[in-house]
Amino acid sequence: MTDTILEVKDLSLRVGDETLLDNVSFTIKKGEVFSLVGESGSGKSLTSLAIMRLLPDVIKVSSGDVTLYGKSLFSITETSMQRVRGKSIAMIFQEPLSALNPVMTVGKQVAEALQTHLKLEGKAQYTKVIELMEEVGLKDSVQRYHWYPHQLSGGQKQRIMIAMALACEPELLVADEPTTALDVTVQARVLQLLNELRQTRGLSILFITHDMGVVAEIADRIAVMKEGKIIEQANKEHFFTAPEHPYTKKLLADALPQHTPLDQTEMHQALLEVNNLKVYYPIKTGFFKRTTGHVKAVDGVSLTIRKGETLALVGESGSGKSTIGKAVLRLEDSQSGEMIFDGINLLPLTEKQLKPLRRHIQVIFQDPYSALNPRMTIGNIIREGIISLSTEKQTTAQQDKQIAELLEKVELKAEFAERYPHEFSGGQRQRIGIARALAVKPKLIICDEPTSALDVSVRAKVLRLLRHLQKEEGLSYLFITHDLSIIPTIAHQVAVMKEGKIVEQGSLNKVVLNPQHAYTQQLLNSAPKMTRDYIKSIQI
Amino acid sequence: MLNYIIRRVLYAIPILIGVNLLTFLLFFMVNSPDDIARSQLGAKQISPQQITAWKVKRGYDKPLFYNAETKEEGVLASLTDTLFVKESLALFIFDFGFSDAGRNIATDIKQRMWPSLQIALPSFIIGLTTNISLALLIVLFRGSVLDTTTMIIAVMIMSISGLFYIIAGQVLFSKLWHWFPISGFESGIGGIKFVILPVLIGVFGGIGSGVRWYRSLFLEQINQDYVRTARAKGLTELRVLFGHVLPNGMLPILTGVVVVLPSLFMGSLIMESFFGIPGLGSYTIDAINAQDFSIVKSMVFLGAVLYIIGLLLTDISYTLFDPRVKLS
Amino acid sequence: MKMSFLWTDMMIWLLVVALIFWARMIMRSPQTRQQWRRIYESPLAMACSLILLTYLSVALLDSIHFRLALPTQADSKQVNYDINMKSPLDLLFAHNIDHSERTYSAPFARNEFVSSIIVNEQGITEKAYLPLKHVATYLGINEGSGLDIFIKSIIAIIMGLMIGLIFVTLHMLWLKRGTQDSFGHYLQTVKQGKTQLPWRWAYATFLFILVMSVWLYYLNLSYHVLGTDKVGGDVLYNTLKSIRTGVLIGVLTTVATLPISIILGISAGYIGGWVDDVIQYIYTTLSSIPSVLLIAASILVVQVTIDNNPQWFETATERSDLRLFFLIIILSITSWTGLCRLLRAETFKLSQVEFVTAARAFGVGKFTILRRHILPNLMHIILISVVLDFSFLVLSEAVLSYVGVGVDPSMHSWGNMINQARLEMAREPMVWWSLLSAFLFMFVLVLAANLFSDRIQVVLDPRNEA
Repeated sequence: MTDTILEVKDLSLRVGDETLLDNVSFTIKKGEVFSLVGESGSGKSLTSLAIMRLLPDVIKVSSGDVTLYGKSLFSITETSMQRVRGKSIAMIFQEPLSALNPVMTVGKQVAEALQTHLKLEGKAQYTKVIELMEEVGLKDSVQRYHWYPHQLSGGQKQRIMIAMALACEPELLVADEPTTALDVTVQARVLQLLNELRQTRGLSILFITHDMGVVAEIADRIAVMKEGKIIEQANKEHFFTAPEHPYTKKLLADALPQHTPLDQTEMHQALLEVNNLKVYYPIKTGFFKRTTGHVKAVDGVSLTIRKGETLALVGESGSGKSTIGKAVLRLEDSQSGEMIFDGINLLPLTEKQLKPLRRHIQVIFQDPYSALNPRMTIGNIIREGIISLSTEKQTTAQQDKQIAELLEKVELKAEFAERYPHEFSGGQRQRIGIARALAVKPKLIICDEPTSALDVSVRAKVLRLLRHLQKEEGLSYLFITHDLSIIPTIAHQVAVMKEGKIVEQGSLNKVVLNPQHAYTQQLLNSAPKMTRDYIKSIQI
Repeated sequence: MLNYIIRRVLYAIPILIGVNLLTFLLFFMVNSPDDIARSQLGAKQISPQQITAWKVKRGYDKPLFYNAETKEEGVLASLTDTLFVKESLALFIFDFGFSDAGRNIATDIKQRMWPSLQIALPSFIIGLTTNISLALLIVLFRGSVLDTTTMIIAVMIMSISGLFYIIAGQVLFSKLWHWFPISGFESGIGGIKFVILPVLIGVFGGIGSGVRWYRSLFLEQINQDYVRTARAKGLTELRVLFGHVLPNGMLPILTGVVVVLPSLFMGSLIMESFFGIPGLGSYTIDAINAQDFSIVKSMVFLGAVLYIIGLLLTDISYTLFDPRVKLS
Repeated sequence: MKMSFLWTDMMIWLLVVALIFWARMIMRSPQTRQQWRRIYESPLAMACSLILLTYLSVALLDSIHFRLALPTQADSKQVNYDINMKSPLDLLFAHNIDHSERTYSAPFARNEFVSSIIVNEQGITEKAYLPLKHVATYLGINEGSGLDIFIKSIIAIIMGLMIGLIFVTLHMLWLKRGTQDSFGHYLQTVKQGKTQLPWRWAYATFLFILVMSVWLYYLNLSYHVLGTDKVGGDVLYNTLKSIRTGVLIGVLTTVATLPISIILGISAGYIGGWVDDVIQYIYTTLSSIPSVLLIAASILVVQVTIDNNPQWFETATERSDLRLFFLIIILSITSWTGLCRLLRAETFKLSQVEFVTAARAFGVGKFTILRRHILPNLMHIILISVVLDFSFLVLSEAVLSYVGVGVDPSMHSWGNMINQARLEMAREPMVWWSLLSAFLFMFVLVLAANLFSDRIQVVLDPRNEA
C-alpha cells in the first residue's frame, strides 16, 4: 500500500519487568485521522511518545518498530531522528499552558521550527510565521508575534502549538489529547480548525483522546486501547454502530451516562436560597495599594436549591461557578447578598455561630488527589468530621463502626480505614471524599466538578452512587460542572453561568431542550454532536 | 516602575531602623558613652569633667531612647532628641564617624572597597560561569557515569572547610611551587599576580555546592512539558539545553545571584585576611579582633543597605528576564 | 567526685531524651516507619548514619562532666576538688593528659620534632632531637619501633574484630528472634545482602569503625599516633575533644532554630495579613545584616560580659562553656530565617489545597488544621533542612573560630586547631599533622552528614515519589 504513511509494528514497551505496551500495531494512511482511544493508563500517550522517540529514559522498547514511509524510525541515529521530528512528524500536547516555553515569545517559538528544518531566516521567516499564525486563526498576528504564552488564552495557546506543528508542513500530526484542557466552546473551534487543516493540507493525524464525543467528530478510523493493548480497530461507522469487543461497548455506553429519568418530585420546599450574592476581589493599584476596583467573581447571583434535588451549575472556566460553591460553604467572604439555609441567613453569622450549621453543608472536590491529606489514614480522614461536628460524644469504637458503615455505603471495603490515600485509585479516592462528606449527615453537598478528573467508566459509577445516595438520604446537591453530557443524569434544575452572572436557569427540560439565552445555545451547540444528540433525545 | 522603586526604598527605611536598633542595643550594652569618651580622649588620667565635656560636645550626653527633659515640647521631641535618633541619622547620611584609632571610617571604607571588589568580582563571575557550564555539561550527560562521579566529587568538595582550600592552596602554589606570591596586594595590572590564587581558591571552594544546586534546577526544567515540545520540534539536545532549559533555569538562579551582587563590595573576611588584601573584609576582621565597635556598627549598616539594594535589584531583574512578572 | 552540670551538657542530654521520645512517637505511624525503612535501604545511608552515631557517641561521652576530689590533707576535713573538669572521655585518655610532651612531635615519632640545644656529657653544647618522654619507653634507644608498631597493630585489629564480631552476632540473634531460621542460614542471608535492610553493609561499617577506634586507642597508649602539638599535647586527644564542640554546635543550633522557624513560618503562611507582615519584617531585617557581623557583635558583647563577671565561674571550663552556649543561641538566631521563609511559602501553598478546605468546611479549628494537616506535610522540609544546616554549621564553626568570634580560644575545636595550623604550616619544615587530623575528622563528619541528607531528600521529597 503506497498511501501508508506510518506503520507501528508489534510495539512493546516496558519499564523494569512491567510491560507497558504489548504488541501494538496499526497503520495510518495519507489524509486520514486515526484515533487512539482509551482510559488513563491504557498506554495511548506512550504510543505517541514512542513514535516520536521521546520516551523517558527508564522506558525501554522491548520489541517492534515504527516505520515512516517504510523507513524504520527506531534504527536511525538520534541526529536523523531530530530531522524527522517537527519536519515529517509534528506533535501537539494536552496542556497548552505548560507545553510552551514561558520566557520565549510565541512568534519565536514558531520561528524556531522553521529555522531548524527549513533554514529560513530573517524576513522570510517572519512572514512565514505571520502566515502560519493567520492560518490557525489567530487575529492580530503581527502584534501577537511578540507576545508571551501567559498573555494568550488556552485556546490561543493551542493554536500557537498547532502553528508550530504545521510550520514545516509535516505529513503526520500527532495530537495527544489536544482539546481536553479546553472549554467546550473553544474545543469545538479547535476541532473545526483541525478538520479544515486536514482538508486543505491533506494532513494525516494521529488523534489521541479519551472523549468519545470528540472521536465521533473527527476520526476516520479508531483503535481502542486497554492496558497496553489494542483490543479493537474499526472504521468510524462500524465502530459506533456495531462495536464488537465488550470493553468497547462499555466505553461507548459510559460515554453517555445512562439516563433513567429522575423522579420529578413534587415541588419540595427550598433548602438553600441564595439572593443577589456578590463575591468581589479587590484590585489594588497605585502607590499606597488602594483598592481601585474589583474583580466581580460572582456578581449578583440568585438561585434556589430544593430539598432532595440537584441544581447543576454549568459554566466554562473562570465563570465563577466554583466561587459560588466556596461562598455557600462560607470559605470565601461575600460582598453582599443573602444565603438562607433552612430559614437562617448564613452570611452574617460568625464562625462560632456557624459551626453547628456546618455539618449540614459539605463538599466534594474535583481533584481526588489533593482532596485527601496524604499523611492521614482513610479512617482518620473520615473521623475528622465526625469528631468536629458530631452532636453527641462517641467512643472510638462507635466511630470506627460508623466509619466502616460509611465506607460500605460508598461501595468500599471497611478495612480500607487503616490505609493511606496513595494506595487508592482516583475513583476510590473520590468515594472516600464522598464518605467523608456523608459522615456528618449533611443536607446539602457542594459537588465541585467531582467527575471531571475521572475516566468515563469510573465517572458513571460515581454518578450512580451520588444518585443512589440522594434517594436514600434525601440529599440536595449543588453540582458544579462544565461537562454537559452528565447534566441529564444528575440535574433537576440547571443554571448557566457566564462571567459571574447566571444567564439562564430553570428546570432541566426548559434550559436544555429549549434554551432561551444566546450563550446557553452556544454552549449546547459547541458540545460534540454525540452529546448534543443525546441531550436532545432525553425524554423527561 | 518608578513608583515601585520608591515604595521599595520607603519600605527599606523601617528595616534599616530595625538594623540600627539592634546594633545600637548591642553597641551600648558594652560600650557606654563614658567608655567611648575615655578611649577617644586617650590620655591616661581623665577627669570626670573632661568626659562630660566631651560627651556634651559630641552629643553623647543625651539619653538613649527617651528624652524626658524635652517633654514640654511634645512626645515627638522626646523621642527624637535622643542618642539613638542622632546615631541613626548619622548613619543614614553615611556619616560613620571615627574609629577607635581616630580614623575616619567613611574614608577608610571608600578606600578599601576597591581591593575587595578586585577579588570578589572575578571570583563571582568566574565562579558563576564555571558552575553553570559544569552543571549544563552534567545535565547533558545526565544519568551517565560522568554524572554520578561528578556528583560524588561535588559532595566531597562541599564537605571540606574553605579554610583548608586556602591553606592547601597557599602551601602548594606559593610555598612549594612558587607560582604565586603567598599574600599581598597591589592595585592595577601589576596586582593580577596577587589576585589569581585567591580567585582560584574561591571558585574551587564554591564548585561543589554550586554545581549541585544548578544541576538540580536544570533537571527540574528538563522534565517540563515545554522541553518536550522543543524536542518534538526537532531541536538538537544542545539547542534544547541552551535555548530553552538555560533561560528558564536562570530565573531561579537570579534570585540567589543578584541579591549578593551589591554585597561583593563587602569582600570576603577569610580570603582577605589570609592573603593580606587591604579590603573591607580584612578591615572588618581587624575591627572585630580589636573590638572596635564603631567600625563593626558601620559595616553592619553598610551590609544591610547593600543587601536591601540586592533585594531590589532581584525584583527588577525579574521584570527584565521573566515576562510573567510585572512590578506593581 | 562532684558532678558539674554545664549548660551545653544539659541541652544535649535534654535533646537526646527528646529525640528518643520523638522517635517513639513518630514510629507509631506505619507511614513514617515505612519512610525510614526506605532511607536505610541504601547501604550508603546505613554507613553514614553509623558514622554520625559514632561521632554523637563521642560527643555524648564528652558531655558528662565532673570534678574529682583531690587527695585531702590529713588535718583538714574539707574536701577540695580538682580545678580541671573531667569527662568520661578524659578518663579514657588520662594517660595522654598526664603524659604530655614538651613540644611538637610527628606521628609515631620517638624524638621531638624541634631540635634543642643541650650540653652533653663532655660539656659541649650541641643541637639534638631529644627523645620523647613517654613514647615506647620500654624499647631500647637504638631499637627500631617498626616491629613494635606492627605487632601492636595486629593485636589491636584482632581485638577489634573480636569485640565487633561479638556485637554483630548478638545483633543478628536479636534480628532473627521469633523466626524458625537457623543461625547459619541467617548468616548466609545477611552475607548475600538478602535482608530487607542492608545489614551486611552496616556490619562492615561497624567493624571498620570499631577496628579503627581500637587501633587508634591501643597504639596511642604507647605512641602519639597523630603526633603532638606545640605544647606537647596529644593531637588525637585534641581532635577527639573537638568532636563535642563541632557536634554540639551543629546539633543544638539546628534544633534551637526549629521552634522559631516553625512557629513563625507557619503563622506567617497560614494566618497572613499583619502577622505575615510583621514576621516578614523581622526576618528581612535579621537576614539583611551580614551574619558574621551580627555573630561578631553579639559574641563580643557576651565576651565582655563574661570578662566583667569572673565571679560567675568556678572553673575555666565553665567559662568557655558559657561562651559556647551563647554562640549556639546566637547562631540559631541568625540562621532560622532560611527555613522560616521556606515554611512560610509551603504553608501558604498547603493552606490552599483541598484537604485543608475540606477540614475548614468541617469547622475544624485553625490550630488543629495546622497540627493535623499542615505540619505533617511540612516534616520533610524540616528534616532535610536540619541535616543540611548541620553540616553547614560544623563548617562555620571553623570559620568563626578563625575570625575570633567562635568558641573560646582555650576550648578544643577544629576551628582553633586549624587556626593554630596556619602558623604551623608556615614553619620550616611544616608541621602538618594537626591540620591533617582536624581535616580528616571534620571531613568524615560533614561528608557523612551530606550523603545522609541526600538520601533523606531522595526519599522524603514528594517530587521524587514517581
